[in-house]
Amino acid sequence: MLREVKFSISRIMKSPLSIVGIAIVVFFAAVAILAPVLAPPRPNKDPFIMPRPKWDWSFTPRPPSPSNPFGTIEGQYDLFYGCIWGTISAFRIGFMVIIPVLIIALILGSVAAYYGGIIDELMMRFTDIIFAFPTLVLAIALVSVLGPSLDNVMLALILVGWPGYARVIRGEILRVKQEDYVEAAKAVGCSDLRIIIRHILPNAIYSTVIMASLDIGAIVLSAAALSFLGLGAPAGYADWGQIIARARHWIYGNPADPFAFWHAFIIPGLFIFTFVLGWNLLGDAFRDILDPTLRRR
Amino acid sequence: MGLMSYVARRILLMIPTLIGVTLLIFAVTQMIDPVSRAMLYIKSEKELQHIDDIISRYGLNDPVYLQYGRWIQQILTGNLGWSVSTRLPVLKALSTRFPATFELVIFSIPPTILLGIYLGVKSAVHKDKAIDHVTRTVSIIGWSLPTFWLAIVLLSFCYGRYHLFPPSRLTEAAIQFIHTEQFISYTGLYTIDGLLNGQPWITLDAIQHLVLPVVTLTVVQIALIIRVMRSSMLETLHKGYIFTARAKGLANKQVINKHARRNALIPIITLSGMLAAGMLTGVIITETVFDFNGIGRFAATAATRLDTSAVLGFSLLAGVIFVVANLIVDIAYAYVDPRIRLG
Repeated sequence: MLREVKFSISRIMKSPLSIVGIAIVVFFAAVAILAPVLAPPRPNKDPFIMPRPKWDWSFTPRPPSPSNPFGTIEGQYDLFYGCIWGTISAFRIGFMVIIPVLIIALILGSVAAYYGGIIDELMMRFTDIIFAFPTLVLAIALVSVLGPSLDNVMLALILVGWPGYARVIRGEILRVKQEDYVEAAKAVGCSDLRIIIRHILPNAIYSTVIMASLDIGAIVLSAAALSFLGLGAPAGYADWGQIIARARHWIYGNPADPFAFWHAFIIPGLFIFTFVLGWNLLGDAFRDILDPTLRRR
Repeated sequence: MGLMSYVARRILLMIPTLIGVTLLIFAVTQMIDPVSRAMLYIKSEKELQHIDDIISRYGLNDPVYLQYGRWIQQILTGNLGWSVSTRLPVLKALSTRFPATFELVIFSIPPTILLGIYLGVKSAVHKDKAIDHVTRTVSIIGWSLPTFWLAIVLLSFCYGRYHLFPPSRLTEAAIQFIHTEQFISYTGLYTIDGLLNGQPWITLDAIQHLVLPVVTLTVVQIALIIRVMRSSMLETLHKGYIFTARAKGLANKQVINKHARRNALIPIITLSGMLAAGMLTGVIITETVFDFNGIGRFAATAATRLDTSAVLGFSLLAGVIFVVANLIVDIAYAYVDPRIRLG
């Protein structure tokens, strides 16, 4: 086990792309942790609401200046603050979606795989139905019914996200169940529960959990798309997708300078793109490393 | 078992899935209040005044299974309800916008698949060379780009700066022309209707408006094809018959194009199902940014205006399209790979 972990780490270190991925994710984690220092929130206010001057809510975004290092967006919200606290939003969305998804998938997937029969059949048919829809389409339908808000976006992504993982976990468990060491554990008289917890789960979920946590990039991308469509975070909330949605009126600049308001959409877009790229690079590296058939080639 | 009986069995298997799709949409309708649910049964604007009648006539407070029966009857007679945001029946609103989306997707699929295959093969054949690194980097960048951001940046740069490739489906002059009596709408696809009406300028105009949405969809979707094609090609290149082909002295080009690429193409067929899902999702964002009046933009606008019946109508349509797309994919797969239909 330890040797395998060491081998995985050495493989990661040998691939330049995965190092870039790790660096990006670590950078964003640092930004999120240091957010209160980089962009101090106002006392007694919700830190996720972007600050703006009390006397000036004018519509036109302003370019970067010493007081607003990234400039301001429509309504004079400070873009720097929004991008920094948007990093926390992104991590929060990622974790608050993937953790419930994994818990639901783990419970239902292992129940279906271990007990089989009617439970298994029902769950598989249900996942079939969920799979009959493109994910984002179903998420949009759910959010429009639940009412637009960031919480409902996360809820919708959880509801459409778990069946995929449940299936993978079920398949993994069915595979592991037939291994010799499970047979051996049965032969020496281990209880069912002990076999599931000590022998089957660790071998079945190791890769699934890692893969899932690396899907955070995709989840943040979906949430950003929903926010962009106006179904997620409200105006003024530190959320990258929402910030870009506010920039839509300004993409042509003004007659004198077509790129007059470039900062309002280029900067938050670079934040989303880099964040997702980091997780995807990491995920790509892990996919090659964890795949036993490609592992030692 | 022959191909025909496989197709028949596969079509039969589609029925429970389609019933499941309607059940799921119906389950979602149960989350909204009876007044919004009444919109699902309304056919014309007049009926809006009689919401209470509708609620009692369709028994929207009745037990769930009775409601499902009535709702499914409505769907089967082609009534998807009333769209508040467009003030049209949902089916009408969807059917007038469908050709726009169809045109967009039809123009996006060939570049995505052909370029994806080409780059995937190049990447595999020159594994770990410069071209492989460039292709992989480009594909992972495309994979990570937010669709809406790419669309905005393209629009800002091409249209904002250089006045090339404007948004929406046609320019003002062309829109006025197609609403005159001289223009007959045969297909709803402006590129084709323009030619059929002997007005090539309409076709050219429509193509100019299609460029950016097509580029956006292609860049975002192509990563998937490149990735699968590359790994499938790498696997095929290690097969015994490739060594045989090389051993008997065939030219490298022939080995790659005739022996390896053909066999490596099979996984791409399976992938087409995922591509269909990606396109259905992609058009929602792309059409919204480019102001392209198709069903994707319709669904996005309806969702923000709490026009639930319109969103559910779109979801139902998307579900059906996706199920049918997967059916076609499975049949194509069985056609090229006899192991599937015999297994």
